[in-house]
Amino acid sequence: MSNRYSATYTAFRLIIFLAIFLVSRASSVAFGQEHDAHAAINDSAHTEAAHAEAGAHKENGKFNPTETIMEHIKDAHDWHLWGHTAIHLPVILYTDKGIELFSSGRFNHGHDAYTGNHYTYKNIHEKIKVVDASGTIDEAATAQVTDLSITKNVATMLLTVVLLIWVFTTVAKGYAQRKGQAPKGLQSALEPIILFVRDEIAKPNLGNRYEKFMPYLLTVFFFIWFCNMLGLVPFFPGGANLTGNISLTMVLALITLILTNVNGNKHYWQHIFWMPGIPLPVKLLLTPIEVVGIFTKAIALMIRLFANITAGHILVLSLTCLIFIFKSYAVAGVAVPFVAAISIIELIVAFIQAFIFTVLSALYIGIAIEDHHEEAHH
Amino acid sequence: MTGSIAAIGAGLAAIGAGIGIGRIGGSALEGMARQPEFANKLQTTMLIAAAFVEAVALFAVVIALLGLGA
Repeated sequence: MSNRYSATYTAFRLIIFLAIFLVSRASSVAFGQEHDAHAAINDSAHTEAAHAEAGAHKENGKFNPTETIMEHIKDAHDWHLWGHTAIHLPVILYTDKGIELFSSGRFNHGHDAYTGNHYTYKNIHEKIKVVDASGTIDEAATAQVTDLSITKNVATMLLTVVLLIWVFTTVAKGYAQRKGQAPKGLQSALEPIILFVRDEIAKPNLGNRYEKFMPYLLTVFFFIWFCNMLGLVPFFPGGANLTGNISLTMVLALITLILTNVNGNKHYWQHIFWMPGIPLPVKLLLTPIEVVGIFTKAIALMIRLFANITAGHILVLSLTCLIFIFKSYAVAGVAVPFVAAISIIELIVAFIQAFIFTVLSALYIGIAIEDHHEEAHH
Repeated sequence: MTGSIAAIGAGLAAIGAGIGIGRIGGSALEGMARQPEFANKLQTTMLIAAAFVEAVALFAVVIALLGLGA
């Protein structure tokens, strides 16, 4: 039966990722407005020179750990490799006058402004701003520009998609080739995890209608897990704080929210709007709480994944920063083993968070589709 | 001393979550020791409960982070 699923995942996954890709780009624009305020505050605090080198963030000659950490967990238009070498990812801007496409290398790590076909742009704290001839930011024109760039996070997401499609088509092929035989290679590595999702997550929470939701649960589980694991790799193909990006977790939570409410049955809605068997004054009090509850579940899902992964990244970066704060190699002797230990914990957290997100999605959907046969008994 | 009040808040939240997760883990361990045949089921429930407790602490961390920038 697993090969039937595998074929369905591939198709389903493609659609899901396309949706995630599109919506998370759009939402990052929405969240962008909020970040702009922060950027403006930071701007006045330090000079452009503070951002000159990727490795050494200094403000008045002093190392600023907060700034270094925040810059490392944020999305970027360049994918830093080593020293001064970076991959310049494409910048795609949707402006009111048309689409702009150029390499982020044109910004020269935020030093230069680039004049495109429609406006002159500058990369300020990884936010693309329209500037005029004198170099001052034109906020009105910036509001007209939507950033649809392939940033580091988007590139990582596409990489994860390719990786997942490759892994699962290989596994699906394995089941087609060796029908009824023992699994081999990748197939035997993933079978226990797929069965774990089915037997520990889907079946206990969704009952006999678990099959319908298996494609979503498996997709979301492996997507989050792969993204978490890629985020833990400190060098090139990893290192992006993808699941620690609130736009991405928001989209994932939104999909669960939609699935829950679209599949919600009569009993689910009755328990929200007019809970049976309790007095009227309590009903009036309970209904607003239940209505808010629909959304808080999704918001909790969003924040939980985002904050867990971001906290992990901050922890590792803070410990690394200790070396630079104390300016001593001796500290490295303490900090590096600590980072290694934390990284091992983070490997477990990567799995647990993928599990928690999936199990809570299954739980919420399970509550919404549950039959209330036992209702008559009490 | 920017964001120090927020940091105190995050620290207080960590105490709460520490007590909560500690109790969940401790009780689950006791339960598993008494009834090892239910260990798997207890572990799943334990993780879910821990996730709910942890979420509260993480909300505080997020707010502390927001406080850091302002």
